[in-house]
Amino acid sequence: MLIRRNRFAEPPEREVTDAALYLRRREFVVGAGLAAGALLLPGCGRGGDEAKAAAAAPAKSSDSPDGFRTGEEQTPFEKATSYNNFYEFGTDKEDPKDNSGGFVPKPWSVAVEGEIARPGTLALEDLAPAAAIQERIYRMRCVEAWSMVIPWRGIPLADVLKRFEPTSRAKFVAFTSVLRPAQMPGQRRNVLEWPYREGLRIDEAMNPLALLATGMYGRDLPNQNGAPLRLVTPWKYGFKGIKSIVAIRLQEAQPETTWNMAAPDEYGFYSNVNPEVDHPRWSQARERRIGEFAKRPTLPFNGYAEQVASLYAGMDLRKNF
Amino acid sequence: MRRRAVHAAVIALALLPLVRLGVGALRDTLGADPIKTATHTTGLWTLRFLLGALAITPLRRIGGFAALAPYRRTLGLLAFTYCTLHLLTYGVLDLWGEWGTLLADIAKRPYITVGFTGFVCMVPLAITSTRASIKRLGKRWVQLHRLAYVAAVCGCVHFLWLVKKDIREPLIYLAIFGALMAARLFLRFRPGSAAATKARKSASLSASS
Repeated sequence: MLIRRNRFAEPPEREVTDAALYLRRREFVVGAGLAAGALLLPGCGRGGDEAKAAAAAPAKSSDSPDGFRTGEEQTPFEKATSYNNFYEFGTDKEDPKDNSGGFVPKPWSVAVEGEIARPGTLALEDLAPAAAIQERIYRMRCVEAWSMVIPWRGIPLADVLKRFEPTSRAKFVAFTSVLRPAQMPGQRRNVLEWPYREGLRIDEAMNPLALLATGMYGRDLPNQNGAPLRLVTPWKYGFKGIKSIVAIRLQEAQPETTWNMAAPDEYGFYSNVNPEVDHPRWSQARERRIGEFAKRPTLPFNGYAEQVASLYAGMDLRKNF
Repeated sequence: MRRRAVHAAVIALALLPLVRLGVGALRDTLGADPIKTATHTTGLWTLRFLLGALAITPLRRIGGFAALAPYRRTLGLLAFTYCTLHLLTYGVLDLWGEWGTLLADIAKRPYITVGFTGFVCMVPLAITSTRASIKRLGKRWVQLHRLAYVAAVCGCVHFLWLVKKDIREPLIYLAIFGALMAARLFLRFRPGSAAATKARKSASLSASS
């Protein structure tokens, strides 16, 4: 039998979860189990509240206070790179891995334009210089009710935007993906309106959690994960994390976003992870962490409520889903 | 004797996707979300065998493949087997530890409501698939087994409603179902068929009166 050894199976030292956190991992499992148990007994008095408390606690206890690094077990590189939604390369989960070999992510430049003092087009190396690259370990929750834990490398979006000096009229940030049907077979059919577009409100974009990623697992982004530059907003559903970005535009009007254009009743502009607001066709209350058997409860804002909930104070999150 | 061997071989072949799922589960080659793979595979084969069962009669009567006759029941029962496994994969493996969700899903989520309806339609068909039932029920057996069409429609719609955006694949299944239905209509009303003769007779009767 052929035994393939994954050369990423042994991560570099900096990616190794702290032993102290690792040893506490069962607490999270027990917490999730308790939560699941409590959810099974909706009629038992305070069961619901206890479930919420138990569900909210475990993930947070393993996160750094700023939310930059979770101690939860990381998804194996192999799985994070073979199970992707990147319709530019096909609609099946394995398509991006299979069909992205011909994509050329270098050289790359990004146009930064709109309501800023200093618009321009920058080479990727200038937009995200090596010295500014940070590591973040985030949970990633897909709108399809599965999730991963991924170690990213990148530059905080706020740091990039501030360099271009947004004007007072910069209320939103609009992102555009590359359009290359010759290299992206999925773009030859109009499954979605190409190029892919996404957007954030300016205060969301300036939140320290918002990351422009250039790498993952200690190396450059693989093509199927959005090479060479993608957005990561861990408190939102994965599709907000636009891949292969070629343009960032600051503007006064709320930008159009691809999935919202495709199915406005199913995918909102905000798309914050919210266990209480179901997708019209399926529940968002629980999720399957890739590699795990039983589903776990989904946390409000994907466990980043402490860092981002204030952005939405006073907003009806059912309406602004 | 040879017929029985062929029949057994067909059944063995038809269970191959199941074997592959089992082996894949043991070797962890079912992708990042094995339960989803299992759900998807069992669902697809349900639809394939169901459409296969519905294709037997047209193939037999238009194409003249009389030897296919016994396979209608075989394919139907295979469809029911895969459908049961599909439901169990979803209801037991996928919803592990959240048993109340299954009933809520069936009631609340249209694509699951429709899919479950399809399964329910197949239950009496599986139960009455025996020779004895055919004899006992007579004409009513034929009427009852028209539920197979309902099950097939439910299966196709279930598939169509669950995909996020790319509906090519479910549309292919729906198109095959449409073609099979067209073949039925053709069989029913083609010149020389019982229905056509009857229609012609009543037409000439009303013309002469």
